[in-house]
Amino acid sequence: MILVVAQSLSKTYATDSVEVKAVQGVSFEITAGSFLSFVGPSGSGKTTLLNLIGCLDKPTSGSLTVAGVDVARLDRAQAAAFRGENIGFVFQSFNLMPVLTAFENIEYPLVMVQNKLPGERRTRVLELLQAVGMSDQKNKFPDQLSGGQKQRIAIARALVTQPKLVLADEPTANLDHETAYTIIRLMKKMRNDLNTTFIFSTHDTRIIGEAEIICTLEDGKLVRCEEAHG
Amino acid sequence: MGNLFKIALRNLRRYKRRTALTISLIAFGVIFVLVFVSITGSFKQLMITQITDSYLGDLQIHRRGYVASIENLPLNLNLTPAQVSVIEKGLDNIQEVEARSERIKFGALFSTFAETTNIRINGVYPEKEFATCPRMASRIIQGEKGIGALQKGKILVPELLARGFKTKIGDTVVVVATNKDGSVNGKTFVVSGILESATGPGGRDGYIHFEDAVEILRLQGKEVSEIAVRVKSLGRVGEVAQNIRARLDGEGQKQEQSGFEIHTWSQLSPFANIANMIDVMTFFIKLMLIAIVLISILNVMIMAVYERVREIGTIAAIGTSPRKILSLFLVEGFSLGVTGAVVGVLLALGIIAVLNLLKLSFTFGQSAGLILAPTIAPLDVLTASVMVIVVSLLASAQPAYKASRMEPIDALRHV
Repeated sequence: MILVVAQSLSKTYATDSVEVKAVQGVSFEITAGSFLSFVGPSGSGKTTLLNLIGCLDKPTSGSLTVAGVDVARLDRAQAAAFRGENIGFVFQSFNLMPVLTAFENIEYPLVMVQNKLPGERRTRVLELLQAVGMSDQKNKFPDQLSGGQKQRIAIARALVTQPKLVLADEPTANLDHETAYTIIRLMKKMRNDLNTTFIFSTHDTRIIGEAEIICTLEDGKLVRCEEAHG
Repeated sequence: MGNLFKIALRNLRRYKRRTALTISLIAFGVIFVLVFVSITGSFKQLMITQITDSYLGDLQIHRRGYVASIENLPLNLNLTPAQVSVIEKGLDNIQEVEARSERIKFGALFSTFAETTNIRINGVYPEKEFATCPRMASRIIQGEKGIGALQKGKILVPELLARGFKTKIGDTVVVVATNKDGSVNGKTFVVSGILESATGPGGRDGYIHFEDAVEILRLQGKEVSEIAVRVKSLGRVGEVAQNIRARLDGEGQKQEQSGFEIHTWSQLSPFANIANMIDVMTFFIKLMLIAIVLISILNVMIMAVYERVREIGTIAAIGTSPRKILSLFLVEGFSLGVTGAVVGVLLALGIIAVLNLLKLSFTFGQSAGLILAPTIAPLDVLTASVMVIVVSLLASAQPAYKASRMEPIDALRHV
């Protein structure tokens, strides 16, 4: 089943004097359950592409369908609702709410976005805490956790709404190599367990090999998409 | 909603000093308003009751045109016996009326046989006058304190006059007056008491028995200059005046009498202007409170939004609706306002209690040793609290709206 379809997708940022073509005529399809990485140097358009797929930004031209919805046509509120139901995000800087505990951070989207009942929330959060190996840290606040632990919580938060797709923009950029590797393996494990599609961007050559499909971007153009070997 | 409050309160706790400062400012404003309202309110109430209970009554009924000429105490504008009868019947049927006192007021010459001066005299029935103006007895600083001081043939002399003429209790004095036909008559009186001056017109009058006044002025029947009325609740004096007016106007027309005029204490006493000024000052103090709350909350919420742009971007990105983001910040402002109001109200009530324990005294005009007893009505507390909370919400609205309108992509890029 195809989850994401992009056709001639372009995004141009215009400032007063300069026009930046961040993504230029990109077309691709992503199958549900993929573990895909966009790779490329800084400024190649990885983040822009993830933002477009994540309905955080709108394409300048071309079409983009996510889970069967033409996301370019969604207004602010519709896009927020769509993200809340279908997409999970993992950020480079973890972006956990500092005033909430690990448990509450994971629970947040269920409370504020999906309005789930307390019993269901608790069950789901505890399952994910177990899955990411953070059960014993559930009452700690983000500033009491290490970078790797924060990212585990962020992954759990991204998955708690049972999204079709998780987008991770440079999820290992702020982590040491060993932790980065662990996080990518964790993401893959979660994909295997939950069959959620994971798309992440990275320019870290050490972890690129963990992706099953690698799409290379250069100057906003998709150069190739290939299945990784090994 | 509970979760919104939990997150809002934790966010407020995150910036402890700023939150404490903002709450302190709001609380200070609330304290200032409530203590000011309680002190000025009690001062106002004290002064009003001093005036109404000492000599004025809560309201007065005159023949139409009398008050315009009240400085001259015109005998030809006295209420006629027929009018008095109508008024008395009318008042008897009004439940809110507690007491009434018919008065004959006139200007006279006061002589100690050695010296003579002008005096304003009130001829009253002592029982009725003391019931209508219950502080009358406490104004008698020398001599008989009760209604015995105003038996026939006795006079209560105002303090200043007594001092100037060195008049003592038991002295014989003469009161000479011109009646409305132009003839002059006099009567001797025994000084039964010295009357403390009171602030306002009528506060330096002498008092004699009603029938002595009738005799001096050679009045035919029960003519009176005014009927002072005490109502059961001073707060409802305007309403009672309306009620009396409606009743008497009807009666007066039926009997083909000229009209009556009814004035409440505030229309008769210049202190009403001071009371109005106090109300205006209170209004401006409340405006200051609004400004304090508005600026404090606006400042803290603008800072909160500015400092948490990435956080806003994150919650927006994971699907939090703009409406919920708006609510989140509104709840923060609301919580600040509620906490500030609660702290302010509690401290203000404490301060008011302490002021009552201290029993502060003050002097106003001719009245000395007045004890300040500040009280605050539940409605004033409620008004100040609601005002703070509403202004808190209004002040939070703009920053909250700004947060809710942020594009997640821009907010996430924010450094």
